[in-house]
Amino acid sequence: MDEGARQDARQGRRAIDLYLNIILLVFVAATGIAAVWLRNLLASAMVLGIYSLLMAGLWVVLDAVDVAFTEAAVGAGVTTVLMLLAIALTGREEKRVRTRPWLPLAVSLGAAGLLVYATLGMPDFGAADAPAQTHVAPYYLERGEAETGVPNVVTAVLASYRGFDTLGEVTVIFTAGMGVLVLLGSATRRRRKAPTSAKEDSA
Amino acid sequence: MSDFLVLKVMAKLLIPFILLFGFYVQMHGDYGPGGGFQAGVIVAAAFILYAIVFEIGTARRVAPMAVLVTIACLGVLLYAGVGVANLVYGGRFLEYGVLAHEPAHGNHIGILIVEIGVGMAVAAVMMIIFFSFARRR
Repeated sequence: MDEGARQDARQGRRAIDLYLNIILLVFVAATGIAAVWLRNLLASAMVLGIYSLLMAGLWVVLDAVDVAFTEAAVGAGVTTVLMLLAIALTGREEKRVRTRPWLPLAVSLGAAGLLVYATLGMPDFGAADAPAQTHVAPYYLERGEAETGVPNVVTAVLASYRGFDTLGEVTVIFTAGMGVLVLLGSATRRRRKAPTSAKEDSA
Repeated sequence: MSDFLVLKVMAKLLIPFILLFGFYVQMHGDYGPGGGFQAGVIVAAAFILYAIVFEIGTARRVAPMAVLVTIACLGVLLYAGVGVANLVYGGRFLEYGVLAHEPAHGNHIGILIVEIGVGMAVAAVMMIIFFSFARRR
């Protein structure tokens, strides 16, 4: 393949990426608004699952397959199931709010505007001289496989270079599980025991 | 739940492959996308799928809460234990290089063990949260 054809192929890929990004972002925005708009919480949870799957697609387009994997498994899978369980415990319909929340709307619109304004100060998307590309990333990419023996740089960074962070993450997940167990697990057992003892007392 | 024949047949077909895929993601995390976190969630998803489509009682008997809590604790301890082992071998905390004669090889071993710890903890915690929520009905 000569240089011109290679450049054409690269430009074609960039165009496809752009169209995919636009389509996915439009759907992400649509599902995000729908999740807030819908009164039926069951439908809302389903829409949020679709939202996570679309985000996973967006990460794949950005070549962040490990993040996409996590987003699809946790965001679209387990979180949706947990939300459905929570809905089954509470109720399917959202309570109607009588007041018109103008102040929260103004605050969130203001914050969103500031965030959009802040993006103007960021380096261009994928710029080679951006701090993210020039800080430690080149070292990981160049030396990662030689130093850790692991071809997947993401795994090398997560488990080796940033191993202490990941230990903290695992501890956070562990603590979350123990918290749920303490809050929900033992409480029901006590409640289930309580009526029988009360019955025995009355008898 | 006895009427959903299609769901039950499909779930029964899929669950072994979901588990196998979970273990593949666990052990293949150093070469392809994935790792302990994703693998743990996938393995937990197989159990959760069984509990939803079939009955939750059987899933609870296969994975009792006491066993899940033990696995979660062992996962975190395995991760931290590798760090302590490195201290014993004369390195710094979580400096896997000292685990083998060659630093790169030691790193590979350390990453593999640590990822297994992550997978155990994540899978167990996901199931603990699911079973705790489902218990309250």
